[in-house]
Amino acid sequence: MINNKSYALILPLLAMLLPATAFSIDDSAHEKKGLAIAIETDRRDAGFGDSSASLEMILRNRHGETSERLLRNKTLEVTNDGDKVIIIFDTPRDVKGTAFLSFTHKLEPDDQWLYLPALKRVKRIASRNKAGPFMGSEFAYEDISSQEVEKYSYRYIKDETFDGRDHFIIERDPVDPRSGYKRQRVWIDKAEYRIWKIDFYDRKDSLLKTLSYDDYNQYLKKFWRANIMEMINHQTGKSTRLNWTDFSFKNGFSEKEFTKSALKKSR
Amino acid sequence: MINRLLILSLALLPLGALHSAEWSSKASIEARHFFNDALNPQQHDGNLSITVESEFYHDWDDDSQRIVFTPFARIDQHDSERSHLDLREFYWRKTFNNTDLYLGIRKIFWGVTESLHLVDIINQSDTIENLDGEDKLGQPMVSLSHSTDLGDWSLYILPWFRERTFAGIEGRLRPPFVVDQDNAQFESNDKEKHIDSALRWSHVIGDWDVGLSYFHGTDRTPQLIPQMNNGVTTLLPYYAQLNQLGLDAQYTYESWLWKLESVSRHHDNRLSPNLNRSKAAVGGFEYTWYGLFDSATDIGLVMEYQYDSREANQALIANNDIAIGSRLTFNDVQDTTLLALVASDLDQRERFISLEGARRLGDDMSVNIEARFFSNTTPQTQLFALRNDDYLELLLTRYF
Repeated sequence: MINNKSYALILPLLAMLLPATAFSIDDSAHEKKGLAIAIETDRRDAGFGDSSASLEMILRNRHGETSERLLRNKTLEVTNDGDKVIIIFDTPRDVKGTAFLSFTHKLEPDDQWLYLPALKRVKRIASRNKAGPFMGSEFAYEDISSQEVEKYSYRYIKDETFDGRDHFIIERDPVDPRSGYKRQRVWIDKAEYRIWKIDFYDRKDSLLKTLSYDDYNQYLKKFWRANIMEMINHQTGKSTRLNWTDFSFKNGFSEKEFTKSALKKSR
Repeated sequence: MINRLLILSLALLPLGALHSAEWSSKASIEARHFFNDALNPQQHDGNLSITVESEFYHDWDDDSQRIVFTPFARIDQHDSERSHLDLREFYWRKTFNNTDLYLGIRKIFWGVTESLHLVDIINQSDTIENLDGEDKLGQPMVSLSHSTDLGDWSLYILPWFRERTFAGIEGRLRPPFVVDQDNAQFESNDKEKHIDSALRWSHVIGDWDVGLSYFHGTDRTPQLIPQMNNGVTTLLPYYAQLNQLGLDAQYTYESWLWKLESVSRHHDNRLSPNLNRSKAAVGGFEYTWYGLFDSATDIGLVMEYQYDSREANQALIANNDIAIGSRLTFNDVQDTTLLALVASDLDQRERFISLEGARRLGDDMSVNIEARFFSNTTPQTQLFALRNDDYLELLLTRYF
């Protein structure tokens, strides 16, 4: 914490001391390289068509007490826009059968609907709530939303090797002013362009959370998915672990399975 | 009838032979305390009640066929009318390409607003469950839903009418006279066997969610007619025939939800002929501030205006009312929420106040607390009959 704060103070001072021209040329080259890495990461995951998976979320508070949620999701890849996603909640039991439909967009706000099984009612909901927690977890809505190149501006920071892999470190700044983050620092391996770690900095530029990815598997000889994602909140001591199972690709999903009327029928 | 259906359907289910099937259940205990003495000496100041609802579903034929079975039962300490059984759902669905065929008992919701549900008409309200009108009786039907690029079309044929539920002589939250539910009157000679029908079109157009609906059949809301019988006054429910055109629309923009529901009603032969044509609307907005003071808490504000061209001489007509509500969502692990709502009659100044809190306990229990107050009532106002029925409710639910 202390390190981060002093770092944040020193950085603007350093910038003022450096000659303006030299700084901006260096800056622009790093921006180009950062963007190129983001585009390549996106390109390598393009063309998956559709996918489905099951998810166990384990919420842990600072005393180590845990609470569990089971969800399933279906994703339909939409070229030139964000993906369409359905999430179905199986536990906690009081929200069992609740289902969430989102048409994610690159820059426009997402279109979202929520199905409430007790009332058999589908509600269109506001999607401005990017920074809010998803199901009481340490994941914000924007963390689980479709990742699109256009959602951030980028800069390359440096290379780093750990766990026997070479990584690029890039930083990305959310374009949307409603994001809960000032910046994110992302570790991407050079061999396969998989994300291994993200540091999230809050609006005051203090380190807020760290997301670690583990146990990657490759599907259809192309698409990498991590079975384990662990988000640690450094400011509250809480954490959330996601255990993914049953990844399935090319299920033949179509647009009509991602509509308001389909949401009412989901199980 | 419902009793027989329940037993029959239980006997028909070959439970052992099914796969990809699922049972889930919930049981609850409800305690109510009324703050004031009852108007009628046969009513009680406290009440306990238990409910059980189970749901069974099974998908087969590559998920193109589904059966759903949802029985519900309440046992009430004092009110024999509130002790009741219902089949909330018991239907079979078959999907053909873009069309769904449904046969059986279902629950359908239409509409967008929060304080009043004008357009929603397929199911009868199970009003003895809760005043909010969100509990519904299962409605037998044959229905077809068809999806096109220009919206979804649904056709409903409703061959059996369900009468509204009312509190019995020992129950609170009722008119001063008991509703005689065994002698309901109908405009149609077919009585509850009148075949009702409805058609609905709904569509999403960008930020707009819109629906248009038409209903032809027995009005779900009865007129209550005082009747003297052996020196005892009772209220006879009279169900007229109704043609209703409904519109519902929601515009979603950033943190704003703008909502409107409107109906145009034509009764062939209501008991007061000057009321045969009427219009009603409810509209307003919902706005949410996210992440209050850098916390995870959201606060929402709902404001809706309710209009009805009929005078407020019938029970609970919101003819010139405003409802203002606020919802606090803590976004915590237990999903804690608080909801406050005030509905005021702008002409007569009477008020309905509702406070609700809900929270999950552990993984498979939840607790709800609800308090409701009827204030500024006078003998001329609609809520006068409920003037002594302010109550506090504690509801514990266990999920299985």
